[in-house]
Amino acid sequence: MSFFEAKNISIRFGGIRALELVNFDVKKGEVFSIIGPNGAGKTTIFNCINRYYDLDEGAFIFNEKDISRVRPHVVANLGIARTFQNIELFRRMTVVDNLLLGRHRRRRSNLFAEALFTGFVRKQEIENREKAEDIIDFLDLQAYRDQIIENLPYGVQKTVEIGRALAMEPELLLLDEPSSGMTLEETEELSFWITDIKEELGITILMVEHNMKFIKEISDRTMAMSFGEVITQGTTAEVLEHPEVLKAYLGEEDAFTEN
Amino acid sequence: MRFVMKKKYYEDIRLFKYRSTFFWYLALVTGCLTIPIALDDYFISILTFICIYAVGALGLMLLAGFTGQVSMGHAAFFAIGSYTAAIITTKGGPLLLAIPAAGILAGLMGIIIGLPVLRLSGLYLSIATIALAFIVEEILVRWESLTRGNLGIYVESPSIGPLEFSSGISLYYLSFVVLIIVILLAKNILRSPTGRAMIAIRDSEVAAQAMGISLPKFKTTAFAISAFFTGIAGALYTYKISFINPESFTLLLSIEFLAMIIIGGLGSVHGAIFGAIFFVVLPNAIILTKDYLPKFVRDQTGLEAALFGLMIILFILFEPMGLYGRWLKIKYYFETFPLYKKDTFKREKSYQKVERQ
Repeated sequence: MSFFEAKNISIRFGGIRALELVNFDVKKGEVFSIIGPNGAGKTTIFNCINRYYDLDEGAFIFNEKDISRVRPHVVANLGIARTFQNIELFRRMTVVDNLLLGRHRRRRSNLFAEALFTGFVRKQEIENREKAEDIIDFLDLQAYRDQIIENLPYGVQKTVEIGRALAMEPELLLLDEPSSGMTLEETEELSFWITDIKEELGITILMVEHNMKFIKEISDRTMAMSFGEVITQGTTAEVLEHPEVLKAYLGEEDAFTEN
Repeated sequence: MRFVMKKKYYEDIRLFKYRSTFFWYLALVTGCLTIPIALDDYFISILTFICIYAVGALGLMLLAGFTGQVSMGHAAFFAIGSYTAAIITTKGGPLLLAIPAAGILAGLMGIIIGLPVLRLSGLYLSIATIALAFIVEEILVRWESLTRGNLGIYVESPSIGPLEFSSGISLYYLSFVVLIIVILLAKNILRSPTGRAMIAIRDSEVAAQAMGISLPKFKTTAFAISAFFTGIAGALYTYKISFINPESFTLLLSIEFLAMIIIGGLGSVHGAIFGAIFFVVLPNAIILTKDYLPKFVRDQTGLEAALFGLMIILFILFEPMGLYGRWLKIKYYFETFPLYKKDTFKREKSYQKVERQ
């Protein structure tokens, strides 16, 4: 039984088939990447996992549980964290507050205890802060700790978003184009962090990415998609060399000669 | 500028960041408790109304300012609290029961109404809550066996045991203590997971869900807390006015609450209190200065409403952070004098949200 599995998932928006019978499975402890040209349906898969969209067919199985019919917040509470392609941070809060929100699923207090701020709530909050500080250390965010997100550069915001996902202590982490908009150095740093997340924290990663060099470095297995369908999947090296993948990205070799 | 060398995580969570802040607030509370002894009934009455409206504004602030759900129907919860207190008191119930009961009943109504209504958002939510305000007003008029309809209810001055709240100043103390309690409750909620979840929903619903925050649950919670506070304000209002009828709780009251939190500064507890102060003081200031105004201004009807409208427009245009924002700027000016930089509070404009659509 695999750790996370997509079984024959399909979704249509009007006449457009955004996903057509897509199958893949992610093994515990690996980095699995999804590649494909724009509009291939990569982010749509993420939005379906998070239940922002309803699947027309198929199911996601996570830890032997069907998660394709639960409410959106339940997905997070089961241990799936994610980042977004266009950064969805809480923009008017500080970095620390964003990380603390990642701790929400660990909340054990109720409203009445919180209104009185009992000793238990205080203890829980201190624990949350300790965890947030661990993540600040892990991702080198000390300098931005108390700054408001709006004022931070793009690359740092992306890092904070990963930090917020890590604060949830998830089992599966979905990264939507983590390296887009980052500088070369930031991307390099990111590849170290992702390896650390995988090896030290033992979190499985499912990633959508465009940067092939980056994928070659850190991804264990890869799936290539085009127009909502899977072209091929397998080890990263295999997939990147696959003729159909090259065709999807670069077009037909003899396209010019034929016309 | 002051820097705190933090050694424990608790120093991040506590209510007063600096020790001096605590003493300033202590001084403020002491002032509020002692100075009114020397004031006449007119000013005590003003102070009492400030406390009452501050409690209500704080309720709406939690919902609109912190959770981002704009309600135009808070007069309904104010009315529910008001009538609950009035009916319990006229039936001989004790004050210590009447005030919490007013809050709890309003809060329960908040849950019942919130569950369906909070599926809407933005403008639609506002319209639905306006409808709520009309419905409640209509029920108050029609349910004569309970509310005496348009005749209204006259309420005797309440008492806790031998302590009777008949004089202006005793009612002021009651309202002030309730305000302090409500502020502390609000502050505690805001520094714990529920408060953070509320603010998260305001900033990004999509991201909030990805954090495992249930939107229906926390929106309804916010609605209930908000209604609870507003209901308590309603109860205090009953005792202060001692006569209530449905006409006291029209749509205008809902709008006045909204105006308070906008003028005070959305998204801050201070804002609710500043807004209430402004709201109560402005009409009184107009009355006091009326004699000095030129005749054609003085005789205008609706001077108050016009001035109020003008203030809202000016605040939205020039100080969206409201009175509290202005206060922060003044404070910062003196803290950093003479190095104040005008653009400290300027935010970088972001176009990402636009791009995404």
